[in-house]
Amino acid sequence: MAKDLTKALADLKEDEALAIVKEKLDAGADPMGILNDASKGMETVGTRFSKGEYFIPDLVYSGEILKSINELVKPKLTAGSDKKTGGKVIIATVAGDIHDIGKDIVVFMLDVSGFEVYDMGVDVPAQKIVDKIKETNSPVVGLSGFLTLAYDSMKQTIDAVAKAGLREKTKIMIGGGQITPEIVKYTGADTFGKDAVEAVAIARKFMSAK
Amino acid sequence: MAKEWEEMTPTEKRADLDGKWLSPPQAEYSSAEAEKAYKERVQRMLDAINMKKPDRVPVVPMAGFFGAYISGLTPYDVMYDYEKLMSSFSKYVLEYQPDAHLSVTVSPPGKMHDTLDYKLYSWPGHGVAKEHSYQCIEGEYMKANEYDALIADPTYFFLTGWLPRVMGALDGLKMLSPFTNMTEMYGGFTGAAFVPFGLPPVQEALKKMMAAGDEALKWIGAVGGFGAAMTAAGFPGFFGGGTKAPFDTIGDTLRGTRGIIADMYRQPKKLLRAMEQFVPIAVKMGVDSAKLNGCPIVFIPLHKGADGFMSDEQFRKFYWPTLKDVMEGLIAEGCVPFPWAEGGYNSRLRVIKESPKGKVIWGFDTTNMADAKKILGDVCCITGNMPIATLSVGTPEDVKITVKKLIDTCAPEGGYMMMSGAVIEDVPPDNVKMMIDATKELGVYK
Repeated sequence: MAKDLTKALADLKEDEALAIVKEKLDAGADPMGILNDASKGMETVGTRFSKGEYFIPDLVYSGEILKSINELVKPKLTAGSDKKTGGKVIIATVAGDIHDIGKDIVVFMLDVSGFEVYDMGVDVPAQKIVDKIKETNSPVVGLSGFLTLAYDSMKQTIDAVAKAGLREKTKIMIGGGQITPEIVKYTGADTFGKDAVEAVAIARKFMSAK
Repeated sequence: MAKEWEEMTPTEKRADLDGKWLSPPQAEYSSAEAEKAYKERVQRMLDAINMKKPDRVPVVPMAGFFGAYISGLTPYDVMYDYEKLMSSFSKYVLEYQPDAHLSVTVSPPGKMHDTLDYKLYSWPGHGVAKEHSYQCIEGEYMKANEYDALIADPTYFFLTGWLPRVMGALDGLKMLSPFTNMTEMYGGFTGAAFVPFGLPPVQEALKKMMAAGDEALKWIGAVGGFGAAMTAAGFPGFFGGGTKAPFDTIGDTLRGTRGIIADMYRQPKKLLRAMEQFVPIAVKMGVDSAKLNGCPIVFIPLHKGADGFMSDEQFRKFYWPTLKDVMEGLIAEGCVPFPWAEGGYNSRLRVIKESPKGKVIWGFDTTNMADAKKILGDVCCITGNMPIATLSVGTPEDVKITVKKLIDTCAPEGGYMMMSGAVIEDVPPDNVKMMIDATKELGVYK
């Protein structure tokens, strides 16, 4: 029975999507093929989000479904078969701010969009981010912050990146509930995104402009 | 003799609370001028709330720890030292002269939360730097399969399920049996119901609760002292009480964002039922403090219903019905609900237009105010939207330009109050001063 996993995931039909995955695995299907189908489903979710047809609950719930799919598929995967090819991105909530909901959605969307994401967590000091850029050679950094105290932390982080001589080769995007063009200018970031799907589009643009 | 509260109509209850706000029975003013200024300020706000033209646009910045910062103190300092709390928050009100203060309750008692081993927030010196405000740590403090227990008896669930998870010192409470078991002596009902109180873990928890209570009492002394001192100087408080939208209570406090979102898809009926259960609880929470404080305004900070956080269809199904019920319940008890829409509410304006006419204040953060005025102009007083980004990184001149724009857009015909779009913490003092002074200069009705 050839049911469509991509469509089931895109339409947020959890039970149906998981039934298809189980059926496929039982029939000996290639686990990478299943993940590819799921990934296409997530692409549709992202497209519907940017068109205003889907909202944050739909993104988060698609993530919940994908998590369950991964749990089913993972035991059948061979090591290294899920290599990311989209490029490296560092994501962190800046020093002083411990909010993670928005950041986690951005990390998730970048991850399912094929980026190799270094999620540094919350309350991350500027120097640690600088060190991570050096360590990973990530060309793109995303800084998250929910509180107004993040304005200064973002500015300090971007200043530290510049001081380390890394600003030229690092593109920096910022995001969070109180981020506006005024704050992009204040912090010295390259741009800001209003949601996780915009973060993916910006990261893609940064990567292709390299 | 005055009518008992229970016998009053909603209009009479509202008049009673308005009257107490305008002329607090316990007030001792420092001078006749202070008394006059106090009454003018309250009248100005009441006129705006009632969608009339006051003498000028009232200005009430959403000040958080701003008073501490301008006094060279940290949030930690004032959360642990109530004298510093009093002096620094007073400094803000007395020097900047807003039309109302927001009490000192924004600064919770630090030591009390230490005693309780509180886990729902990190706070200065306890997971957050002393220089910054407290921040929420969401989690699944209620599990997905606990809706039946929550719906059956919210108080028992809070006591034995939720409190032990968010307050480490209260772990013993999970051994309590329902207080509703104490029906009578016959059959050993009362005897059995008191057994848990003899158990050491429960007794430990009760001791911690008493210690927390001692600290809370000191803190509320500062809260009351501050309110009385501000009244004496001519400055009314703005908040009578506070409550939450049922969706946010479950999303912020119990299930977390991820949890409640999953519930919207996996068990929507239980989520809806649980939210209904919270309506009378949320109403009581707001009404009780409004009556105690003698001020009708009940603050309702709104979180998870903002633009993008759900579709309009989901907003209409999950968020709005019980929020509207809470607002109506508050109005029936003489209160003025003050829903405060954090983030954007642009796509929600056509839904919240269903708010009871002339009885609500809608506060906005980043919502387009021209649209808000157009859609809600004949429904209720609106407030807010002075951008926190401009206040934080703009110049006083930028602030003045924005104040003018907001007044030009929202203030004609009355029904607008100047407020910041988000909480003012460590913001350049000159910008806050300009926000207040420019409103006083440009907001006069002729």
